[in-house]
Amino acid sequence: MTSVLQVPEPPTQAEVKVAAARTPRQNRRGLLWLLTPPTAWLLILYIGSLFFLLITAFWFINPFTSKVIPGFTLENFVSIFTVPAYFATAVRSLLIALAVTLIAIVLAVPIAIYMAKIASPAMRAFLAVTITLPLWAGYLVKLIAMRVVFTENGFLNWLLAPFGISGPGFNTSTVIITLTYLWFPFMALPVYTAVRQIPNSYFDASADLGAKSWRTIRTVVLPLIKPAIIAGSVFTFSLSLGDYLVARFVGGSTQMIGSIIASNINLNPPVAAAFSFVPITFVLVYLWVVRKMGALERL
Amino acid sequence: MKKFVPVLSTVAAAALVLTACGGDSSSSGDGLSIEVPDVPMMESVGEPEGQLNIVNWSGFVEPAWTDKFTEDTGCVVNPRVAGTSDEMVTLMRTGQYDLVSASGDASLRLIVGGDVAPLNLDLIQNFSDDIVPGMKGQIYDTINGQAYGVPIGRGANILQYNEEEVGTAPDSWSVVWEADSPYAGKVTAYDAPIYIADAAVYLMYHNPELGITNPYALDETQLAAAVDLLKQQNAIIGEYWSDPAAQIGSFVGGNTVVGTSWEILRKLSGEEKLKGTLPKEGSTGWYDAWMLSSTAANPNCAYLWMDYVSTADVNGQIATTFGMAPANGAWCESSEEAKAHCEQYHATDEVYFDQIWPWTTPIEQCVDGRTDVQCTSFQDWTDAWLTIKG
Repeated sequence: MTSVLQVPEPPTQAEVKVAAARTPRQNRRGLLWLLTPPTAWLLILYIGSLFFLLITAFWFINPFTSKVIPGFTLENFVSIFTVPAYFATAVRSLLIALAVTLIAIVLAVPIAIYMAKIASPAMRAFLAVTITLPLWAGYLVKLIAMRVVFTENGFLNWLLAPFGISGPGFNTSTVIITLTYLWFPFMALPVYTAVRQIPNSYFDASADLGAKSWRTIRTVVLPLIKPAIIAGSVFTFSLSLGDYLVARFVGGSTQMIGSIIASNINLNPPVAAAFSFVPITFVLVYLWVVRKMGALERL
Repeated sequence: MKKFVPVLSTVAAAALVLTACGGDSSSSGDGLSIEVPDVPMMESVGEPEGQLNIVNWSGFVEPAWTDKFTEDTGCVVNPRVAGTSDEMVTLMRTGQYDLVSASGDASLRLIVGGDVAPLNLDLIQNFSDDIVPGMKGQIYDTINGQAYGVPIGRGANILQYNEEEVGTAPDSWSVVWEADSPYAGKVTAYDAPIYIADAAVYLMYHNPELGITNPYALDETQLAAAVDLLKQQNAIIGEYWSDPAAQIGSFVGGNTVVGTSWEILRKLSGEEKLKGTLPKEGSTGWYDAWMLSSTAANPNCAYLWMDYVSTADVNGQIATTFGMAPANGAWCESSEEAKAHCEQYHATDEVYFDQIWPWTTPIEQCVDGRTDVQCTSFQDWTDAWLTIKG
């Protein structure tokens, strides 16, 4: 029965030496094992497929059969600038994505401050649930729900009818509202986490020095949560840019970049591929601007 | 006589044959000589392969009639539902499918692209005189007198309206085209390049000086006029539709009160207030046909299928499931229900379908027979369509 209590003997010095000597190689092999699948996945499936999609942008199309012919032309890129509808759509998508991001920030900051610093634990839990709730439902479910809300004989108009006004129906502003609804959690959660990390003493110090609440937010809170806002905006901005089902379901005749890609994907794949460079460019420029502002280092 | 009398394309074709071939009206088909790749035709049907892969519209391939087919022939049917004609063309080009239920806006592309094979109608016994005259030898599936498709059914693009808002049936498509439409902002239009033909049909009636005689044969000037009309329409559009469920929801929810639709969508909405009408200008329509892939791995099963589904009974089942006029007119006489269905969808009413221009892929060669100009191709239509929505 004594064996139960046996303590493993400590390794001898020689054993430790051997283990230490074998570690780098073993580590390397282990690392290889660990990294091969994700790297292969990233390179072959992700980057690879993206590469083949993007290279199509330089190819031709047979005008009658719509078959793609390999080659090299910049015509597809030129069309983005020369076709007024394409250019307008690119600009419109950019403005929509910026509007969504801005609205998400304006909504997220006060809610985050309230949740993190003022609300009771029960209220905080309730708000956390309501904010993340949209993440629990499927994307299409949310979209159809918004369609039902904004439809002519729908919930919103029923709600507004007593006041003699009606909702926006299906147009660009509905697209912005819906996109904000969809991507708001991606802004609210990092901002909330950031606000929570601000020690309460900062607020006390600010108040002691005579700052009113607005000034405290502007000079204490906002600079501290800027990295979180940037992180959230990367999500809201890029997700909005790439979306096309929202425009299709609640946008009326509003077109976004995705609408053009979707319409072209079967009929003219090279133009669709060329157009997929547009959001990539926008996001790269956005990240570059953000980097210039020095916000990425603290992410 | 009215300014514009829509003609059956067979009639037009016959006239073309007269001019082109010096009175040799005996040759069947369209009378236009269109260059097509040389794809061999099956000579006889051999052993079934045991499999059949079909690209089809929703409701065309259902267990209700595939089970018996599999039992009879041993061919297991694998359907792949496609949502648009363009998707069908893309899928057929993968070479993984044997058959497609192609609409006219896809078929000519497939034929000229060499994606589908000519059909040996001798091997399809059920392709008989029962096929309604309006679906035989049409340009979208018969090229140079050679059949490439077996007719399935057809349907018109009707003008649907909300009776509570509109009142009596509009006698003209002007309510969806003119800038001063009383329903501006609540108009819907079909979201596909082929819809340009609907603008052309309207222009044929109202702007005869443009000289459009076939909405699928537009030269550059005529296409530009159609595009201008579509851009004008864009300002009064509430929503474009390509998804049938969304279109129904839009009409039922009140966002749309007038616009292009199909009889089946009106029926599916289950709303008494929604009515359909065929305005004086006429309209376009979709005519579907089974087409055989030129690289079909299972051609024997495919031929057996085309024969099987052309029987009055199976063709009728497909027509009722999808909600369209069946190609096999004999089915209409088979029961009271069938009769009612055929009546509702104008199955054997050629006078009705005389006013309908079947969807046809526009090609550079003018399908109206003009040889002094080059017409705009489907690619031109596609490019134009994407600039309309802005």
